[in-house]
Amino acid sequence: MTTIDPDTTADDTVEAPPVDPNAVNITVNGVPHVARKGQLVIEAAADAGEYIPRFCYHERMTSVGKCRMCLVECDTGRGPAVTVSCMVPVAPDMKVDTQSETTKRMQEGVLELLLANHPLDCPVCDKGGECPLQDQTLSNGPGESRYVEEKRHYEKPIAISDIVLLDRERCILCDRCTRFADEVAGDPLIHFNGRGNNTHITTYPDEPFSSYFSGNTVQICPVGALTAKPYRFKARPWDLSQQESTCTTCAVGCRTVVQSSRDEVLRYMGVDSEPVNHGWLCDRGRFNFESVKSPDRVLQPLVRDGDQLQPSSWNAALAAAAALITEATAAGGANSIAVLGGARGSNEDAFAWARLGHEVIGTPNVYAQMGDGLPAGLLGQPRATIDQAAHAATIVLLGPDLKEELPVLYLRLREAAEKRWSRIIEFTPKRTGLSPYAWRTIGYEPGTQVAAVQQALADPAIAAQIASGDVVVVAGRANLAESSAATVAALRELLAAVPSALVLPAFRRGNVVGALQVGMRPRPGGLDTRSTLQAAADGKIECLVLVGADPLADFPDTDLARRGLAGARRIIAVDSFLTASSSLAHVVLAASAYTEKSGTTTNIEGRVSTLARQVTPAGNSRADWMIAGELALALGGDLGYDTVDDITADIATLVDGYAEVTIEALAASTDGVVAGVPSAIDPMNVVPVDLPDRNAYDFRLVVSRTMYDQATGTANSPSLAHLPRGSAVHLHPLDIERVGTTAGTEVKVIGPRATVVFAVVADESVLRGTAWVPFNNPGPNVGDLIDCFAAVNDVRIENI
Amino acid sequence: MSRLNEANVILAKEIIGRYPKARSATIPLLHLSQQQNGYITSEAMVHIGELVGATSAEILGTATFYEMFKFEPVGKYLVNICGTMSCQLLGADELMHHAEARLGVKAGGTTADGLFTLEHAECQAACTEAPNMQVNYRHCHRMTTAAFDQLIDDLAAGRLDGEIPPHGTLARVRQQIPADKAAGVASLDAPAQPAWMPAPEATS
Amino acid sequence: MSTYTWAAGYVDDGDRPQIVTSRFKYDDGYTLERYHATGGYDGLRAALARTPAEVHDEVKAATVLGRGGAGFPAGTKWGLMPPGKFPRFLVVNGDESEPGTYKDRLLMERDPHQLIEGCLIASYAAGLAQVFLYIRGEMPLAHERVATALNEAYAAGYIGRNILGSQFSVDIVLHWGAGAYVVGEETALIESLEGKRGEPRLKPPFFPAAIGLYGQPTIVNNVETLSNLPWLAVNGAEAYTAIGTATSPGTRMVAVSGHVKRPGVYEIINGTTTFRDLLYGDEFCQGIRDDNELKAFVPGGGSAPWFTPDQLDLPFESKLVGAAGSMLGSGAVMVMDHTTDIPKAALTLVHFYAAESCGQCTPCREGGTWLERIMQRLADGRGSHDDLDQLFEIGQAICPGVFPHAASERVGLEAKPFPFKMTTICFVGPSAYTAVHSAVTLFRDEFEAKIVERRRIPVSIEAVGAH
Ligand SMILES: Cc1cc2nc3c(=O)[nH]c(=O)nc-3n(C[C@H](O)[C@H](O)[C@H](O)COP(=O)(O)O)c2cc1C
Ligand code: SF4
Ligand code: FES
Repeated sequence: MTTIDPDTTADDTVEAPPVDPNAVNITVNGVPHVARKGQLVIEAAADAGEYIPRFCYHERMTSVGKCRMCLVECDTGRGPAVTVSCMVPVAPDMKVDTQSETTKRMQEGVLELLLANHPLDCPVCDKGGECPLQDQTLSNGPGESRYVEEKRHYEKPIAISDIVLLDRERCILCDRCTRFADEVAGDPLIHFNGRGNNTHITTYPDEPFSSYFSGNTVQICPVGALTAKPYRFKARPWDLSQQESTCTTCAVGCRTVVQSSRDEVLRYMGVDSEPVNHGWLCDRGRFNFESVKSPDRVLQPLVRDGDQLQPSSWNAALAAAAALITEATAAGGANSIAVLGGARGSNEDAFAWARLGHEVIGTPNVYAQMGDGLPAGLLGQPRATIDQAAHAATIVLLGPDLKEELPVLYLRLREAAEKRWSRIIEFTPKRTGLSPYAWRTIGYEPGTQVAAVQQALADPAIAAQIASGDVVVVAGRANLAESSAATVAALRELLAAVPSALVLPAFRRGNVVGALQVGMRPRPGGLDTRSTLQAAADGKIECLVLVGADPLADFPDTDLARRGLAGARRIIAVDSFLTASSSLAHVVLAASAYTEKSGTTTNIEGRVSTLARQVTPAGNSRADWMIAGELALALGGDLGYDTVDDITADIATLVDGYAEVTIEALAASTDGVVAGVPSAIDPMNVVPVDLPDRNAYDFRLVVSRTMYDQATGTANSPSLAHLPRGSAVHLHPLDIERVGTTAGTEVKVIGPRATVVFAVVADESVLRGTAWVPFNNPGPNVGDLIDCFAAVNDVRIENI
Repeated sequence: MSRLNEANVILAKEIIGRYPKARSATIPLLHLSQQQNGYITSEAMVHIGELVGATSAEILGTATFYEMFKFEPVGKYLVNICGTMSCQLLGADELMHHAEARLGVKAGGTTADGLFTLEHAECQAACTEAPNMQVNYRHCHRMTTAAFDQLIDDLAAGRLDGEIPPHGTLARVRQQIPADKAAGVASLDAPAQPAWMPAPEATS
Repeated sequence: MSTYTWAAGYVDDGDRPQIVTSRFKYDDGYTLERYHATGGYDGLRAALARTPAEVHDEVKAATVLGRGGAGFPAGTKWGLMPPGKFPRFLVVNGDESEPGTYKDRLLMERDPHQLIEGCLIASYAAGLAQVFLYIRGEMPLAHERVATALNEAYAAGYIGRNILGSQFSVDIVLHWGAGAYVVGEETALIESLEGKRGEPRLKPPFFPAAIGLYGQPTIVNNVETLSNLPWLAVNGAEAYTAIGTATSPGTRMVAVSGHVKRPGVYEIINGTTTFRDLLYGDEFCQGIRDDNELKAFVPGGGSAPWFTPDQLDLPFESKLVGAAGSMLGSGAVMVMDHTTDIPKAALTLVHFYAAESCGQCTPCREGGTWLERIMQRLADGRGSHDDLDQLFEIGQAICPGVFPHAASERVGLEAKPFPFKMTTICFVGPSAYTAVHSAVTLFRDEFEAKIVERRRIPVSIEAVGAH
């Protein structure tokens, strides 16, 4: 019998592995290890299985080497030398010793000294049980402190922001929070003060650490010095159970850990996902878990009885809903039924609802957007990942203020600009959070995007920059008070000039990309949201189904939304809260919320990642996909889904671009799976813009979202509810003079449809000749001034 | 007004203009504001932040690192008695005790008339002339208790007004860089080989 | 007028070469007029007549040792800048604050033009675009004299654009500190000059010659170091190295303070002058006050381990002093006679370094304060034997392993030479321990004597006595 040794044959054909130019041979405690060139000793040792204790070191921030906990001995040929492992890179033939006599002595020494002034209040400290200082003291510490002197004393916790408290006695001055504020968030509002033994962290008096990212400091504080009000004293780490999940507050899709105790969500933490969020979360995403346990949740189905919505059983409510749909079909045909929404749920929810709408009900009118994005065809463009955007030589911004709408994408792009590996060219009707970091900020008056782009491309410096390397365009809707046409045209212009450019869609709402891609978009002849509402206003919609949609709050043109909801003969709402819109419904089907259901979600780059079910759904609420399935049954159809996995599997088989998003692939990757670009999505047509001249006395209206607004998740989270800045008209200071008013005074803002009274705010980020009003903020409603069919909206401003 | 006054804003801008990065002027501007008000006010720190492009928190962080900056009013004369080794070996303790008794305040305190603030200080770079002290940072060498009394009398009587300006004023001569002679601030954006260096150095 | 003087300390007698103090004998040594009359700016002219590389070579050949404390040769340091990387900066370290050190202030107050000329020569040789002259904030007279000199020099065309009609252009900007010893450390000096807190940075990667001010190549040199350059430019490296020894050429300024008959600042010959010469020599300090016995002295500024009479015959040569367990540092000798209360004297130094810690490194921030509190207790007679052990244990957290100290016949000790291991970024942390370590190692009996006294006093009586 002849056997061929597979190894020998392989050896003959495979060349010797090439010498890796990035390999550095070292030993760690005598064991050979191959490290990477430039790698820090602390990282190389970790790869070799030796965890070096540390406090100030954080892999996502510049090393400062302040705490001195990570000192080890390294020998590079001149004898063992004390080495700051968090700052010193490996060198060829370095001998790293993390266990030498000296190393041990240094670690014990630093710990004892840190504890000298650190209160031993672990039993009442939020960090107790998950505190590196506590852990390291137990494993590397000297036993007990011999420090008999009086400890440093500071006033008990000071609130450094609305959400974060600082207990300076516990602070070990590791510079993590301050470095984060300065380096990562770009909000250096907390800082070291004093010197030597009196060094402490503070904000400037009366200038709080009002960063959109303040919660991250709590997560990275290695001791219990920084605590978040929503979690303080709520639980001990050993009582918590947790699962990885994805944040669906916006469409960046940051990876999170959802932690709960006794079936109650208590905390979200950012997970360090390399391609997405690097461990960071925005405060809105981090703290809006409070809304999940809001007492205002809809806990069971409701059916209208005259003026009242009455609690009902699921059977009765589903039967009522099915009856509404059957009646509507009978009255106006399937085309008189429209389904709006889906962006708040999972891919599975959206897929089930798309099938229910398109297949069971048989209507082409299904749409996940609320008239505040760009056409769904944007998803058919050659797409960039977040990583590609954050490493492109040139990042072109043609969309909303990312700091307000996609906050962690803002962090990623800010880093790219700050570290100077990318340059940002920004087209915007109002200075944005990224403007200070942009290489060029090109302001344009609403409607003139195309001209702005053409002019910029003609500038030799800009042309040279664009030609210097890869280009990613981040495209989205910068202004809700103008049609999307001019932005689409400008994007076309850009892509024609730079055919190799990739596009990162700046869609905002949670799972809007997933919902659109798995099918919640009109079939041929179907209506988009604007047309649906117009048809409803014209009495042509027999039944309107709102799947987590609140047009009265989210659709820019409030008047149309109001007329549409009034004109729709029947309304079915699937919602977790009674919103302005869902409270008008005839049947409300109680939907379970994020953290109460599993499934998947798709972010702006098409990355599909998992959602964890960590707590039981509130009351009798159910996942949207279940509701869709049951409604289908009540209508005599059958979607055929018993579990959410059935749908995930179906999506992989049936949805354009999702072939690789299998349950197995999702299970195998913690960072999710990037879905392909759909090949057959509606083209992004350029519609000619008929731009009216602006009367010199008028202001062209710019309306956009702010991080905190009256969105359901924010409004129902007590820690966040008071943070929206409030509705007001923002004008350039010179324009305020021109109007003859002063900041703080109320003025009349007069549009063709309505007059709304706003307070005036002086704002240099607003272009002269334009007026900016934040959308959906507490106070007078700017939506009353917006005509969604107009190319742009002009207003007059008058003193009262 | 405890922001920088108009004349000082002009001066501040001139000072800022001497550095490749505005933030470098932070300490000189803090001195300027201390000269204007006798101490550093909150408003001045906000103002300086605006001028050099830093947050007030950053300015406060820098300011509180340096002990010459005071955040509350101090006496017209800040009396600093050195207590480091050379002075201690030659009687700094006695001098301090005497000063406390004479001024009627403990180190760290200000006399009721607001004229003198007494402070313990570290090495004043005059060690061979110990024991030393400074009044508004003007050195007084080889102090004796008698010389201390005489000094306090002279200051109180205004006999030293010409020599020792009120707290906050450091140098009474400022550097002037004449515009027509200045070589110019080094540019960080357009680095260039200095004109007088011969052939470009080899880059390795 | 009253009895105090504004500028003092320099002692000029004997027949020694004067490289940097030659104009101290004039009351108006700081004026441009006097400077001109005494060969001023001839060094600049001589330099401009040669190529920058030639001037740089001359400085290298002369081995001008840094006078700021580390003793690194200036010419070598300039050569460490990455070639082709511009702009480059010169930061003049005029932050003189090391306990015992008093020379840079004199140089700035008495001969500012010499310093300015030195800056110009360095800038010319090393291709520096701008000079920042960082003067300690608590030196208004130095500030005024330097400001005046700069204004005069600008007017006379020595500074600014096309200096003396050449291609050479450079600005010198006067900058003031605001009171923080640690800012004298060169990376902290750079942070401070950038408008930040003066916290030292780890070397590497923040080695100023490569990554310094604004991330650019930066030379940090001490005032005295630069003040040597005009003389060198005029007289040449050969004349310079003819003074002193091969490893320590030229002269250096040394301030001798404390219990000597004639404390003062002396320009001594490098490498050959011994501590005995300095403390007892007629042209120097002329012996211990009241002809007392010498107990101990600090040979190189507050950061240096102490010497006792055993080391008197060592010369000012850094290798020899290092082998003997200390360092020459910044040219400052502090002398203690037999009446000195050692714990108390050491306490002043540990207090200094604890108070001056920037606060970023745990061992320095926490350890320094802890050492100070224990030393305070011991000096006050409230300490215990455990406290003495505890001092060394805290010291181990700052400087693990063997710490240098001098030999002592009296207590039967061998010298432990430099260097030592340290857990902190800069030397402030170790310096807090130095005095403690020297004092307790060389004079443990004095500490124990205080402990014994304390034991004899019943607590109740002490409590009564305190009222
Ligand atoms: C804590 C500390 C304080 C220092 N203080 C000073 C100082 O006040 N003046 C000075 O010239 N050098 C000081 N140095 C030394 C400087 O770091 C640096 O070595 C010196 O300025 C270089 O100049 P040189 O090469 O001309 O000596 C200090 C160093 C340390 C570690
Ligand atoms: S040793 Fe002390 S002064 Fe030096 S960097 Fe560390 S904490 Fe600051
Ligand atoms: S982790 Fe390296 S010094 Fe803090």
